[in-house]
Amino acid sequence: MAIKAEHEIHKRRFSRNLGVGLALTGFAALMFALSIVKITSLGGPIQGFDHVARPELTEIVK
Amino acid sequence: MTDTNASAFQHEAGFGDYFALLKPRVMSLVIFTAFVGLLVAPVSVHPVIGLCSILFIAIGAGASGALNMWWDADIDAVMKRTANRPVPAGRVTADEALAIGLALSVMSVVFLALAANILAAGLLAFTIFFYAVIYTMLLKRWTPQNIVIGGAAGAFPPMIGWAVATGGVSLESVLMFALIFMWTPPHFWALALFMKGDYDKARVPMLTVTHGRRVTRNHILVYTVLLVPVAIGLGLTSIGGPVYLAAAVLMNAWFLKGAVDIWRRDETAADADAYRTEKSVFRFSILYLFLHFGMLLVEATLRGFGLGGW
Repeated sequence: MAIKAEHEIHKRRFSRNLGVGLALTGFAALMFALSIVKITSLGGPIQGFDHVARPELTEIVK
Repeated sequence: MTDTNASAFQHEAGFGDYFALLKPRVMSLVIFTAFVGLLVAPVSVHPVIGLCSILFIAIGAGASGALNMWWDADIDAVMKRTANRPVPAGRVTADEALAIGLALSVMSVVFLALAANILAAGLLAFTIFFYAVIYTMLLKRWTPQNIVIGGAAGAFPPMIGWAVATGGVSLESVLMFALIFMWTPPHFWALALFMKGDYDKARVPMLTVTHGRRVTRNHILVYTVLLVPVAIGLGLTSIGGPVYLAAAVLMNAWFLKGAVDIWRRDETAADADAYRTEKSVFRFSILYLFLHFGMLLVEATLRGFGLGGW
């Protein structure tokens, strides 16, 4: 049996890797969309506190 | 990996083999009925939340399919209909099926709880448990009533869809459950009548094997008679309407006629025309369920335009 660079087994492995890759990418995208929907449905601002001061998020003390 | 002989590679699975573990054909029915349950509910759901919820319900159903294939690999190998499934065919090991089944079960339940609510997630967890443990491990090989009780697993998805939207259980969602639950026995027993031999060889106690074909014909008629009031009753609830009711009356009359035809025949008559009546009733039963849920969807759409409903 001649040794071929591309065996049928490589195709099967590629299909598996491609499938898992696409499934994970799709899942991440969907979770991102879900997060946006959930956060915006709360009605508040979409940005949160970070290590930098964000004056627009702090309440004004009268 | 130390084992490098050629035969080990020959059986390496492609992506499709793992996908086949999730029983895509059963999954399509689950997606459809869960989708209808979600859409006919009186509370509207954000499309992204709806899409995610349906996806997780489908993944949960697929996970229970993988667990079923892990446990049943021995009998699947014996039956012609299932011999080519990934585990008995040797493309995926039973351990892999178990790992995928467990991982996807946990993932789907957790994410459904996050995307929708705890009740919907709890119902999904119960469905997976019911199908994988109660049906596959306990009932299937033990009692001829296996498919009657096991049918409950297939009946939960519209109820989960309804719970995603409303966060609760109601008469409507229980009746959608009951419709699939009562439909399952006549559907599968009609199949068992003409799929002779398969279950026999695998020693699965189907009603046709344990109590004979005459008793099975009687059972088909009784369960069909019990199914009719459920299907009609659903039309009188808030999700029904004149369009559904008219279609349901026609389909139930036709299904009942088919069940009576099966009941009146014996094996000589069935053998003579190669189980024509049984096969046509089986085919119609698929259309029957599809159209009932389709009509609920039509009613929901009509309500959007201020039409339909009661």
